[in-house]
Amino acid sequence: MERIYNRILQIAGNVIMVEADGPKFGELARIESAQGTSLAEVIKVDHNQVFLQVFSGTAGVSTQDRLKFLGHGMQAPFSPSLLGRIFDGKGTPRDAGPNLADSLIETAGPCVNPATRVLPSKMIRTGIPMIDLFNSLVEAQKISIFSSSGEPHNALLARIALQAEVDIIVLGCMGVLYDDYLFFKEQLENTDAMNRTVLFVHTASDPVVEALKVPDLALAVAENFALQGKRVLTLLTDMTNFADALKEIAIIMEQVPSNRGYPGDLYTQLAQRYEKAADFKGAGSLTLVSVTTMPGNDVTHPVPDNTGYITEGQYYLNGGRIEPFGSLSRLKQLVNKNTRSDHRAIMDAMIQLYASSRETEEKRAMGFKMSPWDQKLLLYNKLFAQKLMDLEVNIPLEGALDLCWSILAQCFTPEETRLKSELIAKYWPTG
Amino acid sequence: MSLQGTVVGITGNLVKVAFDGKLMQNEIALVDLKGQKLKGEVIRIRGNEAEVQIFEDTKGIGKGDKVEFTGTLLSVQLGPGLLGMLFDGLQNPLNALAEETGFFTPRGHHIAPLDLNQKWAFTGTAKLGQSLYPGDCFGTVPEGRFTHKIQIPYGLTGPLELVDLRPDGRYNLTEPIGTLKNQEGETFELRLSFEWPVKKAIRCYEERLMPTEPMVTQVRIVDSLFPVAKGGTYCIPGPFGAGKTVLQQITSRYAEVDIVIIAACGERANEVVETIKEFPELIDPRTGKSLMERTIIICNTSSMPVAARESSVYTAVTLGEYYRQMGLDVLMLADSTSRWAQALRERSGRLEEIPGEEAFPAYLESMIAGFYERAGRVRFKGGEVGSLTIGGTVSPAGGNFDEPVTKATLKVVGAFHGLSRERSDARRFPAIDPLESWSKYQGVVLNQKRLKMAGLLKRVNEINQMMKVVGEEGTSTDDFITFLKGEFFDSVYLQQNAFDEVDAATPRERQAEGFELVENLVDRPLNLEDKVLAREFFNHLRQRFIDWNSLTFGSEPYKAKKREILNLINEKSQGHGKDL
Repeated sequence: MERIYNRILQIAGNVIMVEADGPKFGELARIESAQGTSLAEVIKVDHNQVFLQVFSGTAGVSTQDRLKFLGHGMQAPFSPSLLGRIFDGKGTPRDAGPNLADSLIETAGPCVNPATRVLPSKMIRTGIPMIDLFNSLVEAQKISIFSSSGEPHNALLARIALQAEVDIIVLGCMGVLYDDYLFFKEQLENTDAMNRTVLFVHTASDPVVEALKVPDLALAVAENFALQGKRVLTLLTDMTNFADALKEIAIIMEQVPSNRGYPGDLYTQLAQRYEKAADFKGAGSLTLVSVTTMPGNDVTHPVPDNTGYITEGQYYLNGGRIEPFGSLSRLKQLVNKNTRSDHRAIMDAMIQLYASSRETEEKRAMGFKMSPWDQKLLLYNKLFAQKLMDLEVNIPLEGALDLCWSILAQCFTPEETRLKSELIAKYWPTG
Repeated sequence: MSLQGTVVGITGNLVKVAFDGKLMQNEIALVDLKGQKLKGEVIRIRGNEAEVQIFEDTKGIGKGDKVEFTGTLLSVQLGPGLLGMLFDGLQNPLNALAEETGFFTPRGHHIAPLDLNQKWAFTGTAKLGQSLYPGDCFGTVPEGRFTHKIQIPYGLTGPLELVDLRPDGRYNLTEPIGTLKNQEGETFELRLSFEWPVKKAIRCYEERLMPTEPMVTQVRIVDSLFPVAKGGTYCIPGPFGAGKTVLQQITSRYAEVDIVIIAACGERANEVVETIKEFPELIDPRTGKSLMERTIIICNTSSMPVAARESSVYTAVTLGEYYRQMGLDVLMLADSTSRWAQALRERSGRLEEIPGEEAFPAYLESMIAGFYERAGRVRFKGGEVGSLTIGGTVSPAGGNFDEPVTKATLKVVGAFHGLSRERSDARRFPAIDPLESWSKYQGVVLNQKRLKMAGLLKRVNEINQMMKVVGEEGTSTDDFITFLKGEFFDSVYLQQNAFDEVDAATPRERQAEGFELVENLVDRPLNLEDKVLAREFFNHLRQRFIDWNSLTFGSEPYKAKKREILNLINEKSQGHGKDL
């Protein structure tokens, strides 16, 4: 039965309302207006009133436009020929390639049974010491880059994409600048990485609602590749734009806002996406690295705050560097016991000393007299920043560990490092 | 024939159902979606429309779909076989589910919580004709290393006469094993298992007792400074990344209790996986058996349906009460109660209730209080004592403890372990802030000594603040030594390396020994002329102490290292104080 309606009773923000008697929750509809056709999704049913959010926005939609219900929910294209392709937030091609309408999969599927998950245990090497050494990225991890406007988060994301040892990359962009989109495209194409990449791109100039669907599309595709045995790295930038799109719809729907206007289910909405990261027993894995920009560089803002509770750690980007404080990887303990025996201990010792050196740095700035111990810390602070924190540094993990020992030996006596005597005997540089 | 209804509206996980007949608040409803039965709970009734919160994904539900009301409240199955299980928030066994449905948890798929066919060796203990009350034990079955008491269902009204009891032997959960008759002459069949609604506390005991006995967690800062009592409650609020979950994992592993129930409520799935994979392989040093044999995991991770989050904490606490009835010490850990509160907030928003602070519903406080009040140490008829301790993590928005969930929780718990971002940033784990935390219970160290050390830490903090203003050179050597003493106490005693095999868990006796050693150093005036010497001395001492912490308790190297530390201390002390 064709279900076509042509009387729209209410248009508010990006949400329209029709009277209809059969549409299901989450069902898609196609709306034909003077501005072209657009998809819309059912987000509320109340007796005969059906509310839909219109993906391309409601500008130009009239009360007598044709609305046709499609009988299914949001779907994503999926086939091996997906690699190297670029799509928009509706799942239609953004490049010159053909439409892949014949092989579609459902998005936002059921969640993974915790009993079938495998304990993440494989490290993904990136060659960035602040990641490999201090906050190792682990297969099946979900982790976010906390950043703020002006920081090179997209450059960092691109570098992780290019250097990470994985089979397939799925990149989802939400509300990124067109220039950033071009940057990603160029980086990927320059290095041949494009052949193992799928892009879902929503730029700042596209309709806001489309941003809402990018994570679902990207993750559905990634999940299916993972089920086929591929090790997939999914990159999502920028989740704050996604959250803002959620906020916009929630306010139009007159939901009670909970914190700074965001809907009460922000945590759940974010978690449902992030939790797609999984290691499938006997198949592949899905690793998720996202970017969360912190409005006003405020980590207590609801989006980074909720994200922090969901993700397994974060990389805190500040002043063009990954900060040792605030950065954290919950899963690193699962892999850094298998790398080298000094990895864990040196990681903690380096950070504890760096914390002390920061305090000394503050004292120095205030003009206090520096004790010999303070002098040592200041030297350490300088070396740490130069040799390890700089984003340009590109060395394998083992090299970075050796570098740490040499920095420690340059600055301190073994006892001042708080390291166990056993490790000092083994690794402390002699001569 | 049960009551039927029809869907007339839907937003998110809330379905509006038109019905005509007798309907109970909190009744369980099943929405029929092309043969799939989606479970939900009635949460509001207005006229002939009921609002039903669905525990599963609601995509595809439409107006006109049929709904069946079951006439029952949300209940759990109680009986032998619960230990070692992994359930979701609705008590679906996730391992059995995985065998049927693979990687994912499809909706509308429900499995009996316990294996109904497994036979258990039943031994009757009650006599025919005996007069029994709900909660009374009438027989036992062995479950792992425990004697599982088979009890009279809590929902009946006593006195009841035992008119039939099957001979000892092997029975499964569905076979009748006895018959009861009440005073009106009605009879009830007894089985090895029965059901109980999760939101009703089990009160089949004689009296509640004061929680006086410490529950040893083997985490030094907890047991020595901020102890928890058996039957008490405590909470762990902290910003993300401060180590709430790691602290709970350590507690679930080393706590000296009989049974641990973990409710992973709206948190990360991988953390649950860690527990599921590691526990079966870890040996409980107290019993020599696998840790999983004393553990039940209720898991409703953040991507699983929101509505089932609430039921997961209640399911967990009900199972805890059930095992307490057997005279056992049970610890229930909820991670995190904030996610549960958020689920309440989402629901309240969809019901369009008038929001309270930060849009949480006005009844949040009473719900949190009601939940923690289910903990307690109780005495049963025979004089036996059992306890249920509840520890909940709180994930305050922005790490700010001045928010509704933390505030409501602090009102009702007996101990507060506040985690701080500063401590975790500086890798001082466990990141429990010794200046902010408190406990009303008695721990393994005398209260007087505990207060002395807390006082030292306060003083150290003052000196530290002062040093920030006047610098190290403006601080007197005495103050500086006090500062170093406090720092020393912090780094060798309060901090603990969770990843070091030995240091991860410190038994009561070892804590006493370590505490005494540090206390002795703190009490003594030290013979250190200047700050450089003092710092060197403490660095040196700290190194020895940290090495000592990872030596096996009571071993030869352990004793030797202790002597070495003592000699160092004696060397620098001015002859005051007792020689160790």
